[in-house]
Amino acid sequence: MAGEIQNPIIRVRDITVQFGATRVLDGLNLDVKRGEILGFVGPSGAGKSVLTRTIIGLVPKVAGSIEVFGVDLDSSSTSQRRNVERRWGVLFQQGALFSSLTVRQNIQFPMREYLRVSQRLMDEITMAKLAMVGLKPEVAERFPSELSGGMIKRVALARALSLDPDLVFLDEPTSGLDPIGAGDFDELVRTLQRTLGLTVFMVTHDLDSLYTACDRIAVLGNGKIIAAGSIADMQASQHPWLRQYFHGKRARAVMS
Amino acid sequence: MNSDPKLERIAKGNALALCATGTWTASFAPVLERMVADAEKLAGSPQSIFIDVSEVAKLDTFGAWLIERLRRSLTQGPVEAQIAGLSANYSSLVDEVRRVRATPVVETSTITITGMLEQIGRTVAGVGGTVAGLIDMLGAVLAAGFRVLIHPRSFRLTSTVHHMEQVCWRAVPIIVLITFLIGCIIAQQGIFHFRRFGADIFVVDMLGVLVLREIGVLLVAIMVAGRSGSAYTAELGSMKMREEIDALRTMGFDPIEVLVLPRMLALVLALPILAFLGAMAALYGGGLVAWLYGGVDPEAFLLRLRDAISIDHFIVGIVKAPVMAAVIGIVACVEGLAVQGSAESLGQHTTASVVKGIFFVIVMDGVFAIFFASIGM
Repeated sequence: MAGEIQNPIIRVRDITVQFGATRVLDGLNLDVKRGEILGFVGPSGAGKSVLTRTIIGLVPKVAGSIEVFGVDLDSSSTSQRRNVERRWGVLFQQGALFSSLTVRQNIQFPMREYLRVSQRLMDEITMAKLAMVGLKPEVAERFPSELSGGMIKRVALARALSLDPDLVFLDEPTSGLDPIGAGDFDELVRTLQRTLGLTVFMVTHDLDSLYTACDRIAVLGNGKIIAAGSIADMQASQHPWLRQYFHGKRARAVMS
Repeated sequence: MNSDPKLERIAKGNALALCATGTWTASFAPVLERMVADAEKLAGSPQSIFIDVSEVAKLDTFGAWLIERLRRSLTQGPVEAQIAGLSANYSSLVDEVRRVRATPVVETSTITITGMLEQIGRTVAGVGGTVAGLIDMLGAVLAAGFRVLIHPRSFRLTSTVHHMEQVCWRAVPIIVLITFLIGCIIAQQGIFHFRRFGADIFVVDMLGVLVLREIGVLLVAIMVAGRSGSAYTAELGSMKMREEIDALRTMGFDPIEVLVLPRMLALVLALPILAFLGAMAALYGGGLVAWLYGGVDPEAFLLRLRDAISIDHFIVGIVKAPVMAAVIGIVACVEGLAVQGSAESLGQHTTASVVKGIFFVIVMDGVFAIFFASIGM
């Protein structure tokens, strides 16, 4: 366990992902350090979601290795893998809430599977999680089809956090939220990161999130990481896409 | 790094300290819950109590909430419990759970006699609603059909042909195979029982009348309801779930005209063709068995068949096909458009589509039997 503190929490080496003849990721390397919020940006269709899904094991890779919490996910046993899965939470782009379960049941689903605790404690923790993500207790008995887009994101985050994971993957968490809601969400991620010691891997397009929430930024292009570093490094970069991204009209509006 | 959590009681003067140590996280939640429940029994004691958390190695929402829960239940007595030794890292987490309302809203439903009666009443009323819904859809489809007749250019030929391929062409192998086997079975059973009366040859009469009037079309209609009716419901249902149907409406398209009409038309055209092919396959299968098992050679079979059946039998069978197709199509489309937001709802409506489709096909068959009997066909 002691070595884990120095080692990166996610260690991606030379991974290649291919769909048919198109090579989406091409020998990509990436480290995510413990306790940081990594913002992951890149042009649409560059493969940001593909990388996320490859790390969590939903997309098969052609080559390379992935270590999470120091466990190589290819050579790990089922119980090791389950242990890793229990320690991460994933917020999918569309929320991916179970449509036939209520909000409360959605949030309790991982707890029921992994923890042997009383219904009372699960209910109380559910209420705590709902409060943490800024939702009213009444929402608990609603079904996902009765929620607004922003509420779905929040409930999905509450579900991702339901086991108090060490690592969360957020796939465009603030897309589809109003600016105030998105700002709250960034603040929330920051608070949770501080209080729970979370490591956050966030795919985002939101410049505000990059400025306010992220410790480090990695940029994907042509199947590789073209730059990684602080926001100041990104602004200083001469890469054409980065220049356009961080010095465009919207970026200037965010910075001022 | 992880160590078992403990909650020790240490008396300090006339105050009692509950010292929490170890890892207070989700993994230890069952142990923590028991310890906290134990400590909650101290509520009401005259001593002043404080909870010392300075030795806690790791805290997460589970641990923080349980400490907060303990604090609340101990506060109910004459003394106020305090949390002491909170590190800066965790104070915001504890503040967060402090805002949580203690009692979660859990709705419990109990089964009562009035509740059950209410349920029965609602179900009966629902049957009326179903019939009204079907008639509504029939009207909407006919209206869309007339609109298309007036403006033939708005007819969706590509879509209709596509659905024809799905429900007719691709269904041929399985329909032919199953009806062939049914024909074989009818002939074999007929010969087996008729032989005792020396009436082997009458199996041809039975096969011809049964297959052409009833079995051919009914069996094919049931298979189509299971195969294509369910597909229609699932397609329309998932389009409804993803708001695709609302999108069509906002662009000024009528979903009935764009989605339902081509499907209905494809089904109405497909079922007579499939029923005909099915009947032929069943006769072929029956003839084969009659020859190989019953010793009725093909020539005798055909001669007998020509005597036994008339064109009326064929017409009685085939006339039913488009009507049954319309019933299956309407039921499937009504169910598809009734799907709500959840995956469960999609499953329920797909099941309902097949069950209701088959039910109405059989009801229609009964109505036709009465009708043809009274006109003497």
